[in-house]
Amino acid sequence: MSVASVQHAQHHAPPQGFIRKHVFSLDHKVIGKQYYALALVAVLIGMVLSWLMRIHLVWPNAPIPGLQLLSKSGAPGGIMTPEYYLSLLTMHGTLMVFFVLTNAPFAAFGNYFLPIQIGAEDMAFPRFNMMSFWTTFVAFCILVAAFFVPDGPPLSGWTSYAPLSAVGPDAGPGEGLGQTLWGLSIFVFCIASLLGSLNFIATTLDLRTKGMTLARMPLCTWAWFITSCISLLAFAVLLPACLLLILDRVAGTSFFIPGGLVISDRLQPHSGGSPLLWQHLFWFFGHPEVYIAILPSIGIVSHILINSMRRPLLSSRVVIYCMMAIGFLSYMVWGHHMFVSGMNPFSSLMFSFPTLVITIPATIMTLIWLGSLYGSRLRITSASLFALGFISMFVSGGVSGFFLAQPSIDIYLHATYFVVGHFHMVMGVASLFGVLAGTYFWYPKMTGRMMNESLGRIHFWFTFVGAYCIFMPFHYLGLAGNVRRYSAFVDDYLLPLIPVHRFITIAALVTGAAQLIFLYNLIHSRFRGPAAPPNPWECTSLEWTMPSPPPFDNFGGKHPVVYHDPYQYGVKSSTGDFLMQDSPEEAQA
Amino acid sequence: MFKTRWFASLLSLVVSPGLLFGAATISGKVTYTGTPAKSKTIDMSKEPSCAKQHTTPITTEAVVTGPNNSLANVVVYISAGAPDESSAPSQAVTFTQKGCQYIPHVIALRTGQELKVVNDDQTSHNIHPMAKVNREWNKSQPPGTPPLSEKFDKEEFIPVKCNVHPWMHGYFAVLKTSHYTLSGEDGSFKLPDLPAGKYTITAWQEDYGTQTQDVTISGNETKTVDFTFKAKPY
Amino acid sequence: MGKVFAVIVVLIAFASAVPIITHHWFGTAIELRPPEDISTHGHAIDEQLSETMVEAGLSFLAAQFVLAFFVWKFSNRSANAEIKTFPGGAKWLVIAALALVGTEMLALGVLGQRAWATVYFTPAKPDALQVQAQAGQFAFYFRYPGADGKFGDLHPDKIDEGNSNFFGLDPANDVDSRDDIVTGELAIPANREIHLLMHAKDVGHSFYVRELRIQQDFVPGLDLSVHFTATKVGKYEIVCTQLCGLGHYNMKAYLNVLSQEDFDSWLKQKASEQ
Repeated sequence: MSVASVQHAQHHAPPQGFIRKHVFSLDHKVIGKQYYALALVAVLIGMVLSWLMRIHLVWPNAPIPGLQLLSKSGAPGGIMTPEYYLSLLTMHGTLMVFFVLTNAPFAAFGNYFLPIQIGAEDMAFPRFNMMSFWTTFVAFCILVAAFFVPDGPPLSGWTSYAPLSAVGPDAGPGEGLGQTLWGLSIFVFCIASLLGSLNFIATTLDLRTKGMTLARMPLCTWAWFITSCISLLAFAVLLPACLLLILDRVAGTSFFIPGGLVISDRLQPHSGGSPLLWQHLFWFFGHPEVYIAILPSIGIVSHILINSMRRPLLSSRVVIYCMMAIGFLSYMVWGHHMFVSGMNPFSSLMFSFPTLVITIPATIMTLIWLGSLYGSRLRITSASLFALGFISMFVSGGVSGFFLAQPSIDIYLHATYFVVGHFHMVMGVASLFGVLAGTYFWYPKMTGRMMNESLGRIHFWFTFVGAYCIFMPFHYLGLAGNVRRYSAFVDDYLLPLIPVHRFITIAALVTGAAQLIFLYNLIHSRFRGPAAPPNPWECTSLEWTMPSPPPFDNFGGKHPVVYHDPYQYGVKSSTGDFLMQDSPEEAQA
Repeated sequence: MFKTRWFASLLSLVVSPGLLFGAATISGKVTYTGTPAKSKTIDMSKEPSCAKQHTTPITTEAVVTGPNNSLANVVVYISAGAPDESSAPSQAVTFTQKGCQYIPHVIALRTGQELKVVNDDQTSHNIHPMAKVNREWNKSQPPGTPPLSEKFDKEEFIPVKCNVHPWMHGYFAVLKTSHYTLSGEDGSFKLPDLPAGKYTITAWQEDYGTQTQDVTISGNETKTVDFTFKAKPY
Repeated sequence: MGKVFAVIVVLIAFASAVPIITHHWFGTAIELRPPEDISTHGHAIDEQLSETMVEAGLSFLAAQFVLAFFVWKFSNRSANAEIKTFPGGAKWLVIAALALVGTEMLALGVLGQRAWATVYFTPAKPDALQVQAQAGQFAFYFRYPGADGKFGDLHPDKIDEGNSNFFGLDPANDVDSRDDIVTGELAIPANREIHLLMHAKDVGHSFYVRELRIQQDFVPGLDLSVHFTATKVGKYEIVCTQLCGLGHYNMKAYLNVLSQEDFDSWLKQKASEQ
């Protein structure tokens, strides 16, 4: 397709009517907000699920009022059964990884700002774009439906290891229709993500406005672009994997099920499959997925940090190369999830080495951020606090990866809370800090209203300290050998550790409750916040050249011309200490 | 609702003396020939809270024998010829999990009769009746939760197990008739209160299968029907 | 506000280090470290772990302190304050990262693989005691070959848990299986190598003994094994670490390390119970 026809395809008339404007909208900005809203719903459900799990873990015999209304058999008299705990765990993980960490930093903000930041009117394929959101929505509905099936929601974890996930109801509650719905939901989600990634790639490559060379793209656009390349390959593998899993479940195939299995006294009518095949396919997606979650946040945080520091990074180019290196390496390390899985022990070394190598680009990026802070004029806002918090979390979550990358240490720490602490910090909290920073930063642009700064800071302190209180102790528990995914602690050596778990539960409840401040700020400011000027943060990228919120066609039918690289800060110009990308003015030294 | 139940119990008062008119009894003894497999000691070491409840080691109960080759825990029931009965007894049958054992090992109950499953232990059990004709279910019962209440609609011998404690195995014998009993420790059984008629009596043992005998009863007699199973050494 | 951030980051960094250094949860008796190692190979893992802890811990503290210091120093400066560049710029930071992390990696990633090698690259000795471990929902069972030294074959269709036939042995036709000893706990003699043959009955499980520094998945359809030598008499817990269904949290067994004499009499006792 030629550039002209792509330009033509993405050009569309102003939407008419409520449904076209707000529901089945082709506008990338509406779709971005829809993704954000979906992620918000998912994160709230996911958070409540984690509360229920944390409460059950430390007060296993205390009935949780109202829980029996959600599932009569899952919580008789409000007391959670072990299978219901595992179901909540599975749903928590699936919602968070797929519908929050993939959607919020990448699909939501990417959709909204990638076209604007490169000077385009919309995505390359607006109809595909609408389809990818609504396909994601269908996937979400299928997953939530699994809560209400007769033999319970799926319980084999977000990783759904075969054969537990493949053999069907004989393997226990949650392995019936619920598990099939899980597979279907992820299958549909993969389709949506593939559509979305293609769109991102085509848009970035084809729709850049005049003067917007690749090198002049803001770092967050670079991050979304690299992420969409990773995502395209990763979901392309998970898609068939889910299909095979569904076939094993409903069509009697044996891709992941070997012969001779006796489950609940029943010899299974399968033979010839390989459980390790599922693990390989899943983690071939699963490890890049970690970077799909974190790279957009790295981009967003870099963008916000530069704006707050009022100076460019020591080198944006190095950060871009680092992100590329991480994206490339992410495909060579999936086996580090499988050190003790029975995979050939020699291959463990081959997976361990590139995993350790990933530390290098990650360290370089961290040093670039820290080095750029030096001598800057750092402005403290809610957005920059979350960006700084991101760096702190990224480091804390990153160093624990150093342990798990080594097969010998993994023998001891595998499947303990150390792993849970590690990925929650680096993939969960760090990535969400990027989303929160992005929210405080872009909210004025997206809604035309300012958020309340004081509430934003209170929210930050609770979330920052709270996240450390929750996830740091997980590492200590892991060092004591505390196994993860247990619905109760009955082993003699785990019982003494319960007070630590109690501390974590209380921290989780408080930190979770503090998110209500954010929710209030988010909703209240939408209606009552002061009107936002076009460029409240004195930022240089193209989204700040237009009114807040932007008109439906972004640039009012004109094509902006870009004259500068994205981070002209700390200069002298007619606008102050920065120069907009589309300003023809030359900066004075 | 309350009214109809009250009416039903009144009705059953009128009807049940009618059944009592037939006062014939079938009694007998279940024995085996050959050498049965040795009962095996159950290793409960994984669940210390249960293991400490047993001062003497407990053994498998798939085949329970008594003196003189008698065979206990055999379900004896009228499989054909029994008068139709309209409703299941309102009293629930209780199945208890205590010391990581099923008490009793085999229960017999009517189709549609309430089954109450009680967990007396300090640990979670899962109750998994591996039904083929009825709906299969599998539920955990954490300590301290209320008894589970379930019903089975169709006749079936359902093996039941606890996956958390794989040695826990039992049977639910769900029958269409109320004329059933289990052989005692000495192998004896008794089916009382039968009106005159022609019956098929079936004896069922979980490892040795079923045996049937036809009996005709006239009037007020006590008939003896004995069953002999062939034991398997392994 | 920037200064508050700096102080909080420093406090968090210090507080995070306390349980690592004291090995206890703040002022309590709750131990937060691996238990004493009872295996012959575990010390290599432990050394690797403490080396990594020192290097990762120092990197963590250094990065948090630098972050806190720079935020403290450079936040909310006046609009006219001069913007300075970090001495050396990006180039030297990249070189520093390559050098620092590179050596660290070389030390841990390459030299440190020796610990892994001792567990996985050396086969079990031929005179190791062979025990079979079977994992199933939700219990471990163990099998000793008995007097003939041979394991009977497994017949999945013969599994009958109500009769304690957990492995699916066929004693009626298979003579080798008649003297096999099946137990619910793993008793082993101290100071003798154990070759544990791992068999999964239904779904994936894992064998984890903290004190032994051993973790290995059971994978259905794969014949895996681990070998180890326990050096200290005592009772330890074997737990499952691979999500296997509703009873996962309660899937465990005891590892009983006995002296050779105690082990012999234990085995004799168990043989009589079969």
